Amino acid sequence: MNYKYFPHTEADIRHMLERIGVNSLDDLYADVPESIILKKDYDLPSSMSETEVRDFFRKLGDKNQSLTIFAGGGAYDHYAPSVIPQLISRSEFLTAYTPYQPEISQGTLQYIFEFQSMISELTGLACTNASMYDGTTAAAEAMLMAVAAGKKKNRVLISETVQPNTLEVVRTYAKFHGVQLDVIPAQDGVTDKAAMEQKLEAGDVAGVIVCSPNKYGIIEDFTGFADAIHAKKGLFIIQADPSALAVLKSPAEWGADIACGDGQTLGMPLNYGGPYVGYLSCTKDLVRKLPGRIVGATKDVDGKRAFVLTLQAREQHIRREKANSNICSNQSLMALYVTIYMALMGKQGLREVNELSYSGAHYLHDGLIATGKFEELYDRPFLKEFTLRSLLPTEAVQQKLLDNGIFGGIEVEEGCLSFCVTEKRTKEEIDQLIAIIKEM
Amino acid sequence: MKYYDKLIFELSKEGRKGYTLPENRMKEYALSALSEGLKRTNEPELPEVSEFDVVRHYTNISNKNFGVDTGFYPLGSCTMKYNPKINEEISSLPAFACLHPLQPASTVQGALEVYYNLSHALAEIAGLEEFTLNPFAGAHGELTGLMVMRQYHMKRGDLKRTKVIVPDSAHGTNPASAAVCGLQVVEVKSKPDGRIDVEDLKPLLDDTIAGIMMTNPNTLGLFESEVLEIAKLVHACGGLLYYDGANLNPLLGKCRPGDMGFDIMHINLHKTFSTPHGGGGPGSGPVGVTKALVDYLPNPQVRKAADGTFYLHHSEDSLGRVSGFVGNFAVMMRAYTYILSLGKEYIKYVGPLATLNANYIKESLKDAYYLPIEGICKHEFVFDGLADKSTGVTTLDVAKRLLDYGYHAPTIYFPLLFHQSIMIEPTETESLETLDEFIDVMHRVAKEAIECPDDVKTAPHHTPVRRLDETTAAKHPILNYRDLMAL
Repeated sequence: MNYKYFPHTEADIRHMLERIGVNSLDDLYADVPESIILKKDYDLPSSMSETEVRDFFRKLGDKNQSLTIFAGGGAYDHYAPSVIPQLISRSEFLTAYTPYQPEISQGTLQYIFEFQSMISELTGLACTNASMYDGTTAAAEAMLMAVAAGKKKNRVLISETVQPNTLEVVRTYAKFHGVQLDVIPAQDGVTDKAAMEQKLEAGDVAGVIVCSPNKYGIIEDFTGFADAIHAKKGLFIIQADPSALAVLKSPAEWGADIACGDGQTLGMPLNYGGPYVGYLSCTKDLVRKLPGRIVGATKDVDGKRAFVLTLQAREQHIRREKANSNICSNQSLMALYVTIYMALMGKQGLREVNELSYSGAHYLHDGLIATGKFEELYDRPFLKEFTLRSLLPTEAVQQKLLDNGIFGGIEVEEGCLSFCVTEKRTKEEIDQLIAIIKEM
Repeated sequence: MKYYDKLIFELSKEGRKGYTLPENRMKEYALSALSEGLKRTNEPELPEVSEFDVVRHYTNISNKNFGVDTGFYPLGSCTMKYNPKINEEISSLPAFACLHPLQPASTVQGALEVYYNLSHALAEIAGLEEFTLNPFAGAHGELTGLMVMRQYHMKRGDLKRTKVIVPDSAHGTNPASAAVCGLQVVEVKSKPDGRIDVEDLKPLLDDTIAGIMMTNPNTLGLFESEVLEIAKLVHACGGLLYYDGANLNPLLGKCRPGDMGFDIMHINLHKTFSTPHGGGGPGSGPVGVTKALVDYLPNPQVRKAADGTFYLHHSEDSLGRVSGFVGNFAVMMRAYTYILSLGKEYIKYVGPLATLNANYIKESLKDAYYLPIEGICKHEFVFDGLADKSTGVTTLDVAKRLLDYGYHAPTIYFPLLFHQSIMIEPTETESLETLDEFIDVMHRVAKEAIECPDDVKTAPHHTPVRRLDETTAAKHPILNYRDLMAL
């Protein structure tokens, strides 16, 4: 029983059992039916020392291939400042519980308030919650919000141009929650506005979900969308890359009621898909429908400025089955991660990140077209990700790149590959990719 | 720097910067070429600060936080155990952290092996067939588990099963998850001894019941001794049993939900498997099922081929997708490290030692606090306020006074079965000395409640801030810096 995570000595255990008035640890389970008491050890590996643990994972790590990333598809290889992992691993942040005791949780509450403020700056919408699991579930929660706000309306439209994993997650939530989800087709790589307007006609649509930049990397033009949707009393929901919002028209400027997305683009490591951090913002009118934790500013009894979890009457632990969402956590530490990132980068740094990514992506785009092995799919504006029709077999392209230590070319639709360039990619790396394709 | 109270925005000065980026060598492609109609017109007001400003600011605000590394958390139902440091080191290994989630399976074999092996270790511990690690948190796992339940009935064409039974002692998330999943909640009552009333359950069981959600030990820390009988009854009516894994910790080494008759469960890696709470996340909520339900788990599923390689499988019968990729992978790395460190030799003591610690506190404090249900508890137990009810000192006051003495508060006013619930869970990683000191302080607070009740009623006194005006905060919400400045 003597293990480094257990402070109990034999004498301690004897003393404690005596106080409790039982003879053995087994006696503490006398109320468990004998037939289900485990009689043997779990079928698990034997305990490893720290050195053995390190060796074990080093060997496992050798089975992974670390590649130069020229792919996006919902996860982006941006630069991660060295300061951030150092700060977020401070145990006062890392090992804290949810800030239900505000008197001893001002650190957490304050950074969440900063997170909310910064995301609201980017989306232009005044109310942001303390974060969601990821961008896909944030979109699903936005749908639930629309249905809750829409009273009896139970139909939600979603553009075919959202990332496929977002569409699948939203579809799952819709299926079980009983929401009628209707997909707006794409026209030339963007949401078909005429098709949307037609679907809105019946007046039974609670909300419309679109995405920009979309799954092709295209920056969509939502001119007229808000008017069309609001005329039919629906909510306009935009899923947007928060990093790109430093330069692109904000959801508020497009007239959106709700914005959602994934903060992974704010310098977070790829981590094979998680943890990332979803965000969800809305107008002031909708704040009482906003799910999850929300931090507000207030004062303590001495008049000192302080922060606290607020509007808790919306939440599952109060409303139980009447709650609009079952979420009872946030990705707090990841919200801290992106808050520190946004603080370090500031508006100028985020703008430069976008400028560098834009330049690199367009350089690669033109370079690939010039090889004669790719052609334009949709001639539309993009930022850091774009999709081309491949004149070579797509699998051959993907494999050739892999052979050269490059991950790039996600098959967005048959015969079409998407590429992504962030500020981390150098001109040499891009030239190498183009040269590899040219040789094929 | 206890009194540091600046916001990062208040350090901002035009022209300061906290980053370096490479020079743009492809300037001929300039973002300025993008059509004006697609660009934002107003700049986002993010702070302009130096790197050192940022470091000092977040270091200073961290000092206003309490964590497991700071002190004892007697926080019921939250399993605030020690978060081992090796877990952190392993979870940030570059060979895993740099992997893109859409990389081909051949290039992420190590990561898939971690996923696969952890899911099978959990299956062994749970006594179930297979786990998905895709759900991001306990509540997310709960929702996913209920989706499995519904998918099972739907695939059988059994469409009238739209109700789920939830005990009145359940975590608030249970009914909320059921509602989000499109299920109607039916409540089953507890007996005076705190356990599910089987006689109250029986008449609820018919062909509209999708299943029952149970926490075992329940939120009072009591083992549901009639679980085998309950399982038999629910299965007989065609329903499934869902196990809320929030309270799994005391069972490690002693018994398994699968052996009790549960069909579906979730586990909170951030509770039982020592991954940090991170101030509210990221967690991880793996969901396990019996053999009959494996195909319904969310996509993608990690499978092992005959040649020993791992791949992502998309099941036709799956309930669908619940996460962008395969969940909070870096959290899985920590949990797997924990399981490998303890190994089969030591993991079996987690449950008994957690249970020992809880019972020791309970027996040591029941003279001063009212214990509504006597007997052996598991990992946690509930007092119904102070034993002396004449002082006017509430559970909230006791909780706040504990902050002054350097403790986190217990879980309070939950479960809802009592008016003054104080729910205490010490976990197995706390020493006898820590428990004794806590017991002393709890006795001191009980004494203060009699001798100087005002000191307790106005607590805390020594924390970075004192009691907050939560009413105004909710009535006139100020949720961002811009609104705060406009005041």
